[in-house]
Amino acid sequence: MTSFLKRAKYMGLVLFAVLLTCGSLQAKEAALMAEDPVVEKRLIHISEELRCLVCQNESLASSRAELANDLREEVRKLIRQDKSDSQIKEYLVTRYGDFVLYRPEVKPLTWVLWFGPFLLLLAGVVGMVFYLRQRQSGSSGKQVLTEEDRRKVQELLKSGDAP
Amino acid sequence: MKKFLIPLAMFFGLVIFLAVGLNRDPHEIPSPLVGKSAPAFSLHTLDPNAPLFGPQDMKGKVWMLNVWATWCVACREEHPVLVAFSKANQLPIVGLSYKEIQAQDEPAGRKLSPEEKLQMARERSTLWLKRHGNPYVLSALDLDGRVGIDYGVYGVPETYLIDKEGVIRYKRVGVVTPELLQSTILPLVQKLNAS
Amino acid sequence: MIVEIGHFALILAACVALVQGVLPLAGTAFDHQRWQALARPSAAVQFLLIAFSFGVLAHGALTDDFSIKYIAEHSNSLLPAQYKFASVWGGHEGSLLLWMLMLSGWTVSVALFSRTLPLAMVARVIGILGLVSTGFLMFILTTSSPFERLLPGAPDGRDLNPLLQDPGLVIHPPMLYMGYVGFSVAFAFSVAALMSGRMDAAWARWSRPWTVVAWIFMTAGIALGSWWAYYELGWGGWWFWDPVENASLMPWLFGTALIHALMVTDKRGGFKAWSVLLAIGAFSLSLLGTFLVRSGVLTSVHAFASDPKRGVFILIFLALVVGISLTLFAWRAPKATLGGKIGLVSRESMLLVNSVLLVVATGAVLLGTVYPLIVDALNLGKLSVGAPYFNAVFVPLMVPVVFLMVPGGISHWRESRLKELGQDMLVPAIAAVLAGLAVWTLTERGSWLTAMGTALAVWVVVGLVMQIVARLQKPGRIAPSFWGMHLAHLGIAVVVVGITMVKGYEVERDVRMGLNDTVSIENYSFELTGVSQVDGPNYKAIRAEFKVSKDGQFLELMKPEKRKYFSSAMPMTEAAIDTGLFRDLYLSLGEAIEGSTPQWSVRVFYKPFVSWIWYGAILMVLGGLFAVSDRRYRNSAASVA
Repeated sequence: MTSFLKRAKYMGLVLFAVLLTCGSLQAKEAALMAEDPVVEKRLIHISEELRCLVCQNESLASSRAELANDLREEVRKLIRQDKSDSQIKEYLVTRYGDFVLYRPEVKPLTWVLWFGPFLLLLAGVVGMVFYLRQRQSGSSGKQVLTEEDRRKVQELLKSGDAP
Repeated sequence: MKKFLIPLAMFFGLVIFLAVGLNRDPHEIPSPLVGKSAPAFSLHTLDPNAPLFGPQDMKGKVWMLNVWATWCVACREEHPVLVAFSKANQLPIVGLSYKEIQAQDEPAGRKLSPEEKLQMARERSTLWLKRHGNPYVLSALDLDGRVGIDYGVYGVPETYLIDKEGVIRYKRVGVVTPELLQSTILPLVQKLNAS
Repeated sequence: MIVEIGHFALILAACVALVQGVLPLAGTAFDHQRWQALARPSAAVQFLLIAFSFGVLAHGALTDDFSIKYIAEHSNSLLPAQYKFASVWGGHEGSLLLWMLMLSGWTVSVALFSRTLPLAMVARVIGILGLVSTGFLMFILTTSSPFERLLPGAPDGRDLNPLLQDPGLVIHPPMLYMGYVGFSVAFAFSVAALMSGRMDAAWARWSRPWTVVAWIFMTAGIALGSWWAYYELGWGGWWFWDPVENASLMPWLFGTALIHALMVTDKRGGFKAWSVLLAIGAFSLSLLGTFLVRSGVLTSVHAFASDPKRGVFILIFLALVVGISLTLFAWRAPKATLGGKIGLVSRESMLLVNSVLLVVATGAVLLGTVYPLIVDALNLGKLSVGAPYFNAVFVPLMVPVVFLMVPGGISHWRESRLKELGQDMLVPAIAAVLAGLAVWTLTERGSWLTAMGTALAVWVVVGLVMQIVARLQKPGRIAPSFWGMHLAHLGIAVVVVGITMVKGYEVERDVRMGLNDTVSIENYSFELTGVSQVDGPNYKAIRAEFKVSKDGQFLELMKPEKRKYFSSAMPMTEAAIDTGLFRDLYLSLGEAIEGSTPQWSVRVFYKPFVSWIWYGAILMVLGGLFAVSDRRYRNSAASVA
């Protein structure tokens, strides 16, 4: 190879190496969609408990509806103003009513909702204890046939229900 | 043996609630703003020479705020009703143009400036009102929807009745029909005017 | 023409159903053998008529007959064949026809597999099913006929909702309906028992296999629905406590309670009234579910187009079926004799606790689902009850249910000694506590919740392994139902692991990516290597290609898409999922972002153990199959407990 060609080849390699480096400098770790991950984390946490008002049944966190986008932006704004979770929820409830909360507030209107299952459990346990008490003294295996039962046995024997 | 009737009684109760529920619309959300002061705002109107508008400008009058947009299909249904109603001069109707400029209106690759949006909204809305009739004494432009959020707007069209002290007295989500005007809105307007 | 014949077949089926409902029952009341004997043949005829009718509708879908209004609304000529078939149940009217196909199918199965049952019992069961069928057929014929014509026929169909164009749709509803409808058999058996006044243990033995089969289908149906939502909806959620999901969960919970209560009724003659009530309850919840989904009273992503008129019909039907059954219950159940003695600590008492807990859990789900409706009906406003409520209330109730699997399996019938029980449970207890502590302290984001979930799962698994080992050391053949129980319980433990791990350790990155950008999670990295346009049979899509590497080594390519179906305005996300035994990698492509260089919003998820949720369900189904295969159940011969 002539020295000119050798030099060209060398330059080409250098150029190639430079371009390669530049190329990989271009490709980078992807930027987060969110401008501020701290704010975003709080946003997700809060909006998971809020309802998208124009959807059939979706949370504000997952909905892509326009109003949902707007409301999420609104919540971000409030987060940046250092409002607390309950203040942010209050803000939205003032404008949209209780409907916007997926976690109903505990107030007289929702006492049955929040305490109902617990009371039901209590009733179940109490009923069960009473029942088991009753079945303690029950005849252990030996059944006394009532008059009705005797009659039925007679019928069965007569009708001959074949297997 | 009464305890064996408990399941039946509970079921019966459930059925009653379900029956009543059949007549309700789960999508209709009552507004918590009824009975509260109309939230303040200060917005441009369709008239470039007019000053900014806010609800305080209507104090002392009973008035109607109608949320609309040119892209809103349902609004076309109620628009003639409002136009006819405005001719009767019962009360001033103020329009709130909600998010007139949508994402698809923006040219690809570039975001519109607020001034550009305002101009585009004014042009479009004015043209639309010229074509379909204008029931509004003025129309304020809520371009980014912030005022809408303050008013609990979630579905256009929506209509509010506001009294002389600036308190919201009634909200309607959905189209205003002649029946609704007769049965609910007009009587309320009269009542509010009398007080 | 064939469409009208199909419609006519349905009308005939309604008449046959009425005959099937009335005559055999009258036959048992008046001891008229011939009328009782009509049960089986009328069930067969009804099935054939409905199958024919269903076939006509399916044929209409497969041949693009858009003169049928229903097909025009739910199908499209561009659909692949399997989705044309699936469109038969894509909407309200067709899905009801599917329901009827299943109901008549279950009924004819009872007719076929009941040779060993007394005729009177068969007559009652099939009669009751006939009455239920009549109600549904009347509903279909008067408010929801799939055979309405559209004349002139539409040039093309409106197309199936793109979300539903998926293999999941082809199997999930039929499985679910098999479950919903399957519980009607247990229901019919229990009401038959009430009617006959013979509330002995026989009906329990006869209905056990039917109940388990229905439960298997229900489990499969719910699991399929969850899995389908996971991969189809695009953001990796798998349970939303949506009213329609709750509508399927409630009968499942009752069905589970019923399976366990029937064990006691069958083996020891106890809990007779309770089992009857659970059987009535399970099917009532199925019917209630039907009402909730189709009447428009509740908002849900799944709900069919609502129509209050249909709602009224279903509600009246529901009120009649359940009202009459519960009245019959109040009248006849008190006469049921009690079984033998039950120790305070015994398998029976454990099963009773299981019942109570599952019923309370169902009550909680029901309460949460209908509470908004109740509040609205009382004019007290509008509120929402969503996932936060259900998670807060349901999970604590289910923890003791899962816990009980171990003592329940170990304890003896009639009486168990607490001390003995305690000793047997020591090893699982220690293992569980250790596992919990390990997870809490050794993992980066360990919390008391992940610790508890892990402990619970380990408790169950160690417990059942010990039981299996102990049993293997004993002589004698092991009954299939033994394996069934442990497999099903193992399945639950696996599901618990899946849920605990994915909720506790899931990682999400929401990023904007341009070409050659990478995003990393754990030891995986994802590089966007290309974006292209793709044409599908009835959609156009943007497909992104990602080069996925693990620990620096190339692993595979993943290609998420964003599809625009011709028929719908909403773009659909087709997530790219790499399913692994211990983790899923989930890539979801978002919108293109305006800017100087092309960029896209991408969501990347690392979901550890999420597939275990569905593997667990498979184990539960297997367990159920083993249990049903046990000949001891199916020999419903002369032996009355």
